[in-house]
Amino acid sequence: MLRSAVIVFPGSNRDRDMVAALTKITGTAPAVVWHQDTDLPDVDLVVLPGGFSYGDYLRSGAIAARSPVMTAVREKAAQGVKVLGVCNGFQILTEAGLLPGALMRNAGLKFVCREVKLKVANAGTAFTGAYMQGQILRCPVAHHDGNYFADAETLARIEGEGQVAFRYAEGTNPNGSLNDIAGIVNAAGNVLGMMPHPENLIEALHGGTDGRGIFESLAA
Amino acid sequence: MKARVTVTLKTGVLDPQGKAIEGALGGLGFSGVLGARQGKIIDLDLAETDRAKAEADIRAMCEKLLANTVIENYSVEIKG
Repeated sequence: MLRSAVIVFPGSNRDRDMVAALTKITGTAPAVVWHQDTDLPDVDLVVLPGGFSYGDYLRSGAIAARSPVMTAVREKAAQGVKVLGVCNGFQILTEAGLLPGALMRNAGLKFVCREVKLKVANAGTAFTGAYMQGQILRCPVAHHDGNYFADAETLARIEGEGQVAFRYAEGTNPNGSLNDIAGIVNAAGNVLGMMPHPENLIEALHGGTDGRGIFESLAA
Repeated sequence: MKARVTVTLKTGVLDPQGKAIEGALGGLGFSGVLGARQGKIIDLDLAETDRAKAEADIRAMCEKLLANTVIENYSVEIKG
């Protein structure tokens, strides 16, 4: 049984989708934790959901990354607890220094809300084990600041260490991300950040179930 | 004490907003614009009266929050 917690920041808006996905796939409702809380329950997975925490003021995810709860998230991550950040959650994880690089304004300057194709770049992570290496997934994206950037040295390191979990496939890079990067894990492999929204493609009514694999990998 | 923090994107970091500004200026007939980079200014009003201490404080603020040093540089100007 996967015990999880979803953090809610002011301006989070995919938190309920994430709660629904976790509840349906893991069979257990996650704890919902307000960002001002300083303690996290004993869980196997902490999720930072999508949205526009603090209205994207200063930089996307910048203020949320300094919220009181992030000290506890950092401690959990250091203990090896899995941490998943989706969209704004990915931005928060980079701002918090839990993942390398930064997410910048989309190269086309437009907010992009559509379905893309994702290629599983590393099926050996704790988050991607239910997929096949190189598998192509459908997944929705909805963001304005998803343009992954890292300096050349960092980029070479994460590529060399297999830290790129997902790439935009077949010319579907919606934001100009370097190396078509859509999602990365940290060096220890227990923190994943990704811009696409797997929680929005988990049942037939969504039009597909390609996003389930991430949650199934974690629950396995 | 008043101070101004200027945050700019590092050289080599793509600045789509700067590119759009550059394009718009070209569209208005300003043909001599060779580049445009967009940054931020944050004006601070501090209780601290010691100039050196204020600057040290602001640099700590920049490192911790005001700038993302992965992609941005910052400069601090104490206005007195």
